[in-house]
Amino acid sequence: MHVEEKLTAETFPEQPEKATLEGKNKFIGFWVFLGGETVLFATLFATFLALRDSTAGGASTQELFDIKLVFVATMLLLTSSLTSVYAIYHMKNFQFGKMQFWFGVTVLLGLAFLILEIYEFNHYMHEFEFKLTSSALGSAFYTLVGTHGAHVAFGLLWITTLMIRNAKRGLNLYNAPKYYVASLYWHFIDVVWVFIFTVVYLMGMVG
Amino acid sequence: MSTLARKKGFWPTVWDYLTTVDHKKIAILYLIAGGLFFVIGGIEALLMRIQLAIPENDFVSAGTFNELMTMHGTTMIFLAATPLLFAYMNAVVPLQIGARDVAFPFLNSLGFWLFFFGGVFLNLSWFLGGAPDAGWTAYASVALNSPGHGVDFYILGLQISGLGTLISGINFLVTIINMRAPGMTYMRMPLFTWTTFVASGLILFAFPPLTVGIALLMFDRLFGGNFFNPALGGNTIIYEHIFWIFGHPEVYILVLPAFGIFSEIIPTFARKRLFGYTSMVFATVLIGFLGFMVWAHHMFTTGLGPIANAIFAVATMTIGVPTGIKVFNWLFTMWGGSIRFTTPMLYAVGFIPSFVMGGVTGVMLAAAPADYQYHDTYFVVAHFHYVIVGGVVFAILAAAHYWWPKMFGKMLNETLGKITFVLFFIGFHLTFFIQHFLGLMGMPRRVFTFLSGQGFDTGNLISTIGAVLMGIAVVVLLINVVVTSVKGEKVGADPWEDGRSLEWAVASPPPEYNFKQTPLVRGLDPLWIEKMEGKKGLTPAEPLSDIHMPNSSILPFIISIGLFIAAFGLMYHNDYSWGVPVAIIGFIITFGTMFLRSIIDDHGYHIHKEDLLKDDNGGVQA
Amino acid sequence: MVSENSRNPKVDLAFRRKKNAEEMKHQVVSFALMIFLTIVAFITVGYDGIDEWLKVPFIVLLACIQVIFQLYYFMHMNHKGHEGPQFFIWSGIFVTFLTVLAFMTIVWW
Repeated sequence: MHVEEKLTAETFPEQPEKATLEGKNKFIGFWVFLGGETVLFATLFATFLALRDSTAGGASTQELFDIKLVFVATMLLLTSSLTSVYAIYHMKNFQFGKMQFWFGVTVLLGLAFLILEIYEFNHYMHEFEFKLTSSALGSAFYTLVGTHGAHVAFGLLWITTLMIRNAKRGLNLYNAPKYYVASLYWHFIDVVWVFIFTVVYLMGMVG
Repeated sequence: MSTLARKKGFWPTVWDYLTTVDHKKIAILYLIAGGLFFVIGGIEALLMRIQLAIPENDFVSAGTFNELMTMHGTTMIFLAATPLLFAYMNAVVPLQIGARDVAFPFLNSLGFWLFFFGGVFLNLSWFLGGAPDAGWTAYASVALNSPGHGVDFYILGLQISGLGTLISGINFLVTIINMRAPGMTYMRMPLFTWTTFVASGLILFAFPPLTVGIALLMFDRLFGGNFFNPALGGNTIIYEHIFWIFGHPEVYILVLPAFGIFSEIIPTFARKRLFGYTSMVFATVLIGFLGFMVWAHHMFTTGLGPIANAIFAVATMTIGVPTGIKVFNWLFTMWGGSIRFTTPMLYAVGFIPSFVMGGVTGVMLAAAPADYQYHDTYFVVAHFHYVIVGGVVFAILAAAHYWWPKMFGKMLNETLGKITFVLFFIGFHLTFFIQHFLGLMGMPRRVFTFLSGQGFDTGNLISTIGAVLMGIAVVVLLINVVVTSVKGEKVGADPWEDGRSLEWAVASPPPEYNFKQTPLVRGLDPLWIEKMEGKKGLTPAEPLSDIHMPNSSILPFIISIGLFIAAFGLMYHNDYSWGVPVAIIGFIITFGTMFLRSIIDDHGYHIHKEDLLKDDNGGVQA
Repeated sequence: MVSENSRNPKVDLAFRRKKNAEEMKHQVVSFALMIFLTIVAFITVGYDGIDEWLKVPFIVLLACIQVIFQLYYFMHMNHKGHEGPQFFIWSGIFVTFLTVLAFMTIVWW
């Protein structure tokens, strides 16, 4: 099947992300990359777990964390994962407009999450004097959660770029794999967050 | 747009190599850059050996010695051995699996340029206030107390080049998964392809911990972090763990492709199929798997406790089993074969006893209680040089002779090649065999001098003489390269005449599209099968048609330069006001170029059937 | 695939849409379960009736279940042709397990 071919709903393949060799390569290559990302976050998680009680006299995790804020952030990101599933569902049905809409919703939810996280970091720094430089816990916390935040920011830029770049020309076999791996990336961000809210926040509140 | 081979001027050739996405040209770039860093690392080694030739020498100062020792290790591992192996992987793996190119030609080029600029950045430290001096491991307790910017060069340079290595690893994985020719099942892949596959998997899971480890070190040194600062709750042992979670698999990342190279050379020149192919594959995968469970054997003396030490000691010794399987398979391949002692085969034969010695001392070191005695002595230095030089460097030199005709279309001179081998082999054993005994007698590693009358004098002098011999061997090799380039005669597709795998079925050097028609693979050693059936070429799997090729691009080069610039900004941001803006400019260049790559469609181009018919030399003749 | 489609495009398309819609239903169900598991985890932490030592393994278990849903449903790892992804993700999880285990047991200074 040729990349530049103009397609209709009838000729659009069942798995557009894997219809071309380039698509297949992107698909498997991105999963391989996610395997590496897993280990990257694993190292950060392990470091955090080893240093989670090293407050150096500063605020402990029980004093710092606010359960309501974390809950709202979690709901935002989990929902954004579902909306990107909707987007891919519409991609498979060759409904470009609906796909763009749901990716748009995903971006908005992701943006809300990011704003909340920035507010949270700011809050810790000013209310509790809890900074990257204040203790080993501070270094570990900001590096782990900040790396995740940077992934969210990169994902937002990526999906937005894809949406704007392809807004006029619609769906084809050149950009379908790109949308697909971007949605995989977004789900992976959510996977990491599930462990962050459990291991960092909830376990931090238990003590 | 097309990079079809034709005579070009100097600058067009330079531009061609800066923008190339052809795996065969990237292989040549890796070979040149890796070779350059190999020579630099070698010179650093020679300077150290001169300093240690006689007791209480003052050829270099203690501080310079620390820099030489750090840079020798770092350069050889990250900037010489890995890229030289990547050179052969790029040159050979796509050919061996019957592919026209790698899965991601653009990323292949990006991987090279990131490695290259990372390496250049690291080596610029010599001219900008002093090289890193905390050892190639840069343990946090040493690295955080190192004054000046030496260690920052190490951190940022390795961060950039490590990213390049990771990208290349992913590229090889996808290439081997997706790009195999029809009939090339996993259990028909040549061993070099298999070991490349497993080593790339190890890169995928081992380099992210390195990235994190040196990023944490960067936070501590440059941004006021406290990961490894005990005063504020930090813990330096964490760095050691992270480093070795990377560092131990790194050893297998180097040695597995070396095993693969010898598994190609031995059957070719024994003219016999590889003995125990299935068990070789199994052993390769098993070594890769076990490689992740043994890292703490580097840390026996940190006080992990008897239970942890026992577990890691047993796991380490287990690796001896699959390695032993491999050694016996190589011996049985040679057994009863009609062996031709060409230069590559001499290295293969020299490799087996040398590497086994490194393996045996490895099992000695794995015994945790005994390790307390050996730790940080020259015994350890002797051990890992037997593994890395006796295994990896022998393989790199063997492969240089073996695949040179495939990469450049000319045979290296065999007489000079054999002289190189003899000098290098003798020099190697002279240098490192005696170090076992120096270590057992108590000479500590990483010291810049020793007193006379402690029994170390003769041993160190012998060791230095051996190092000089190795240096001469490399000079002979370089002369060989020059002589061959000037005078050597063009060779055909199968210059060793006994080639078994697909790379020997295409012209030397191969045309840019590798195979005119994708071959049909009918078993292990596909070319050998066709030869045994009296056929001249491969069986094609498709009719002759237009071939799709990727476009060249300068963007990978620019992305890498951006990070190179940003690294300077980050390093000097505490010292100069221009630090932060320079870092921002660098990142804008990198991310801006990535953005361009994302929005500009790149569909590649086609070589038309008619042009292929005209070009009758190379590819598969049906 | 093209030839199959062109043989009887209308029926094929209707069938495919129906199949996709059914799959989407499964996705919504797994999303509901994920939200439920998340709420349970948050309530567990806020509730005083459970022993502290029991809370940590319980919420970690919930997180693991939720991530399996995310990987196998949202990221389609349950579909055919995902042998490669499964291999690399599970290898990554294996290395993760070793790393976290080591850092929680033998980093004690």
